[in-house]
Amino acid sequence: MSAQQVPGGPVPGEGVGAGPGEAAAVGAPRRGNETVYFALRNPKLLAGAVVVAVLLVAALAVPPFLGGSPNAYVGPQAQPPSAEFWFGTTNFGQDVFAQFVHGLRSTFLVGLLGGGIAALVGMVVGFVAGYRGGLVDEVLNMITNIVLVLPAMVVLIIAAAYLEARGILVQSLFIGLTSWPWAARAIRAQTLSLATRDFVDLARLSGRRAHAIIFREIAPNMSSYLFMTFILLFGGAILIAAGLDFIGLGPPQGVSLGLMMHSAVSWSALQLGMWWWFVPPGLGITAIVGSLYIMNVGLDEVFNPRLRET
Amino acid sequence: MLRLDRVSKVYRVGSFGRERLHAVRDVGFEVRSGQVVALIGESGSGKSTIGKMVLGLTSITGGAITFEGTDVAGLRGHRAHKEYYRRVQGVFQDPFSSFNPVFPADRVFALIRAEYFPEVGEAEWRRRIEESLRVVRLDPAQVLGKYPHQLSGGQLQRILIARALLLDIRLLVADEVISMLDASTRIDVLNLLADLKARGMGILFVTHDLSLGNYVSDTAVILRRGAIAESGPADRVFTNPLHPYTRRLLSSVPRLHRTWAQADAELPADDGGCPVHGRAGAGDGSATLVEVEAGHFVGCAGDGEGGPCRPDPRA
Repeated sequence: MSAQQVPGGPVPGEGVGAGPGEAAAVGAPRRGNETVYFALRNPKLLAGAVVVAVLLVAALAVPPFLGGSPNAYVGPQAQPPSAEFWFGTTNFGQDVFAQFVHGLRSTFLVGLLGGGIAALVGMVVGFVAGYRGGLVDEVLNMITNIVLVLPAMVVLIIAAAYLEARGILVQSLFIGLTSWPWAARAIRAQTLSLATRDFVDLARLSGRRAHAIIFREIAPNMSSYLFMTFILLFGGAILIAAGLDFIGLGPPQGVSLGLMMHSAVSWSALQLGMWWWFVPPGLGITAIVGSLYIMNVGLDEVFNPRLRET
Repeated sequence: MLRLDRVSKVYRVGSFGRERLHAVRDVGFEVRSGQVVALIGESGSGKSTIGKMVLGLTSITGGAITFEGTDVAGLRGHRAHKEYYRRVQGVFQDPFSSFNPVFPADRVFALIRAEYFPEVGEAEWRRRIEESLRVVRLDPAQVLGKYPHQLSGGQLQRILIARALLLDIRLLVADEVISMLDASTRIDVLNLLADLKARGMGILFVTHDLSLGNYVSDTAVILRRGAIAESGPADRVFTNPLHPYTRRLLSSVPRLHRTWAQADAELPADDGGCPVHGRAGAGDGSATLVEVEAGHFVGCAGDGEGGPCRPDPRA
């Protein structure tokens, strides 16, 4: 850090030399401007955000116009894409496009809920373990490691198979409660290093309580990291949900991209050459998760000055 | 005011904490109001650990630290600590790490206000901050609203002292406040500490620099491997060093007009063996102190690990 007086105002690249977690932007208008400046000039972030935004708008805005149930038998059977049915129809005459946009909805919902729950649990466990240390850390770390080595997919399959209530919410809850360990470990490591900094001791000398120190002193220093953790958990939750749906353990009455692929395979769409039945959902999942991961790389570059391409 | 009585700190190290590391052993001294006590020692001598124990940031393994009659280790709960910090504050070694890099530097003042003076009005608080900044010779317009990286180390260090002054503190623990500063700002901060001392504040001045310890302090405590090697009035300790370690330290202060060769040549001449047990070196190495003149204590020259002080090979 320079000991010189730097005139105020947003100077791009001024944060060079700051550590990965230090260029965060909460509550700092000047650095906030800098983050926006680089965010708007990062092609990876923009491309990923556009794809996700288009799919999100499709999921939110289109279903009300279609009306009716996405599983209703509305058209001729097994028709390839046409002007009337954009993505064609299934063996039973269901509109694949209607199923697709409804499926996007549940996909985003699962990502938001599952990723959100996982991020919440991971943050609480990671922050408390990293800040408190000692016995609390040992116990939380042990729990984290146990959940980490659980074969999560197998547990999910068993739980989903035996559980009576199989809705999107229950599915999200299960995904959230099994996918947090890596986030907790990463956040714990970051917290450990930040908690030894003098400003944490100074906050304690200022009479701050532990939770205020964690959320108002330590967390803002890694806000970019927390945001990226959430994005990765979001994408991960979508993938797990698609996997569960595909093997037939999704919500029985609902619609999702995974369930569409499940029915496509069950009713031999592959053998019959009905590509319009399984390509859209597969492409949809790939597009969402892939865009999220590319966004993550872009965000990494935005927040970490050392990764920026000048 | 502040009293340390046979204070020890033991860390468990190694796998499963089987080995013990004695960071601080049986350290005792007193800080009175209006007095500066310099805690001098090399890296790893336990001086910062003592500072953190006094501030209640590190637990105490043995002994007792009392501040105005209350046991610091016995403070339980958030409220008791908060009241303690109303009277005792610290300034840390590294000014850049003492500020949260994502917030403006004057947030340290806002924290004090939020926790201790929520009833004080905006204008009144502003006046207090500016007054406090003027005490540490800072221009409020120059430092308020700036980010830590926009300010120099000396400015940041003085903001931290101004922060401590917002509370009506009785004791300031200054942990290496000078060592990160360059020579010109150094003397400013030192003079500031002398001003605070004149106002009746007790200061525990932790440093590894002998000449700085001599400049401001009334009492000097020389630490060696966690135990006191020598302690007493600063002028006595510096003019009449009795412990071989203190002598070696003093002779290793670089001086103008003298080369290392000359300094080395003088060193063996004044080696008088163990100050407690004499040249014979019969001591058992325990960390007991002997009072050689009024208030001037010196410890055994043993290896500091509980081993005996060996006879001086050159004797």
